Amino acid sequence: MGLNKTDISTTILSITATLVLWEVLTVVFNVPGFILPPPSAIFIEGVTRYHLYLYHSWITFYEMVAGFVLAAVVGVLLAVVIVYSRILRNMLYPQIVVLQIVPKVAIAPLLLIWAGYGITSKVLLALLVSFFPIVVNMVTGLVAIEEELLDLCRILQSGRWQEFSKVRLPNALPYLFSSLKVASTLSVIGAVIGEFVGGSEGLGHLIIIANTELRTSMSFVSLFSLSILGFLLYGFVLLAERLCMPWERWQSAAA
Amino acid sequence: MQTSATRAQGDRGAIEVTSLSKVYASQHGQIKALSDVSFAIADAEFVTIVGHSGCGKSTLLKIIAGLLPSSSGLVKVRGRSVTAPLSDVGMVFQRPVLLKWRTIFANVMLPIEMLRLPRKESAERALDLLKLAGLSEFRHQYPAQLSGGMQQRAAICRALVHDPSLLLMDEPFGALDLMTREEMNFELLRIWSERRKTTLLVTHSISEAVFLADRVIVMTPRPGMVADIVEVNLPRPRMPETKLDPRFSACVQAIGRKIGLLYI
Repeated sequence: MGLNKTDISTTILSITATLVLWEVLTVVFNVPGFILPPPSAIFIEGVTRYHLYLYHSWITFYEMVAGFVLAAVVGVLLAVVIVYSRILRNMLYPQIVVLQIVPKVAIAPLLLIWAGYGITSKVLLALLVSFFPIVVNMVTGLVAIEEELLDLCRILQSGRWQEFSKVRLPNALPYLFSSLKVASTLSVIGAVIGEFVGGSEGLGHLIIIANTELRTSMSFVSLFSLSILGFLLYGFVLLAERLCMPWERWQSAAA
Repeated sequence: MQTSATRAQGDRGAIEVTSLSKVYASQHGQIKALSDVSFAIADAEFVTIVGHSGCGKSTLLKIIAGLLPSSSGLVKVRGRSVTAPLSDVGMVFQRPVLLKWRTIFANVMLPIEMLRLPRKESAERALDLLKLAGLSEFRHQYPAQLSGGMQQRAAICRALVHDPSLLLMDEPFGALDLMTREEMNFELLRIWSERRKTTLLVTHSISEAVFLADRVIVMTPRPGMVADIVEVNLPRPRMPETKLDPRFSACVQAIGRKIGLLYI
């Protein structure tokens, strides 16, 4: 994925155009601020009360990152267990799928009862929303090995650990990272759902307050902050992917 | 061309296969892949197995490597019967199956790591092999940066790095285009003449089989049986001109008739 200057300037230009159009339309049609504030009003709201947004962004970011990291750890461990133990696979996989089918929004109130109104319930929700794709992809990556390679491992008397650490695990990395990208965006959703359902902190909480007070520009600043947080986490994952898999550049060039 | 299906087994100690059979169980009953296969290969000999696809060539190779159990019969490598995967074997497959996250050098070093052999001297051997295969300047590159032929050469280096006594190759050039394939034949013979490993190579190209081998084992399809073992009396080193030798074409035709192809 090579970005050149034209690509970047095209993106920036289109965003600017959208913002200008938005500003002009709200003025021309005289749209009331509580329905759709112009970008300038949103910008002013964000700048004048930046400490408020910074504080709540930090809370939400903490929740989603903690949930995401836990999801990665839990997801990878579950995948390894599922691949290596038939009994545990039969016990766990169906339950994981059932858990995934239940809408997480519906579980949120329960989690609040169990884990309280603090940060823990939000972290758990972010974990719950984002771990499933990690398990599924990681399982695929650990299993999708050319048969010849497994034969080679047997000839080389590799044993289970070497086969895992030298072949299966690195083979699963591309699968893992593509699922981590998905999970990073899901974890934002998890954290915000948790804040919606109950609590006194975080950007989700700010959005609820803004809505009840009809302070729409406050809603918008929170929304933008949320997307920035999601983008940040996604960027970290991309960066980690580049660092962990330097060979992938050539892989995609060859494909 | 003299044939020698039955020849004294005394000097053929590297690989001995005696009345080997393999039956697979499938949904439609039992499938006989190999039936009463017997042959012996001497130390430092280059033998090729040729036959239609589905004649059990790959199965045979896997059984010799200890990767598959046989249904009946006996396989001995250097006098010991094979019951488990053999580390004394270097294996090359149709696809290079290099680890895409390792550089060429690290790929060649994989057997050393897995077999826990001394790293330092082995690294020297790996470098020597890469030099021999004309890959030394590419050793820090990833497989995806190399052509298919170069990847397969790296796979051959990987098969030889732990200095096995046996080199087993399962249609190693089957996935390459014709020009690369011819080139690889010369490369392989060059490496083989330097290292002198007992080599057993499976192919479905008769001319490749004849060009490379001291002897060619001709197999019939379903079930795989040894139709004939043909001695190739061509001088080494084999050159591009070797293929113009009337003895070469005579040999190719003789094998072709055995397999059931029509040759004028």
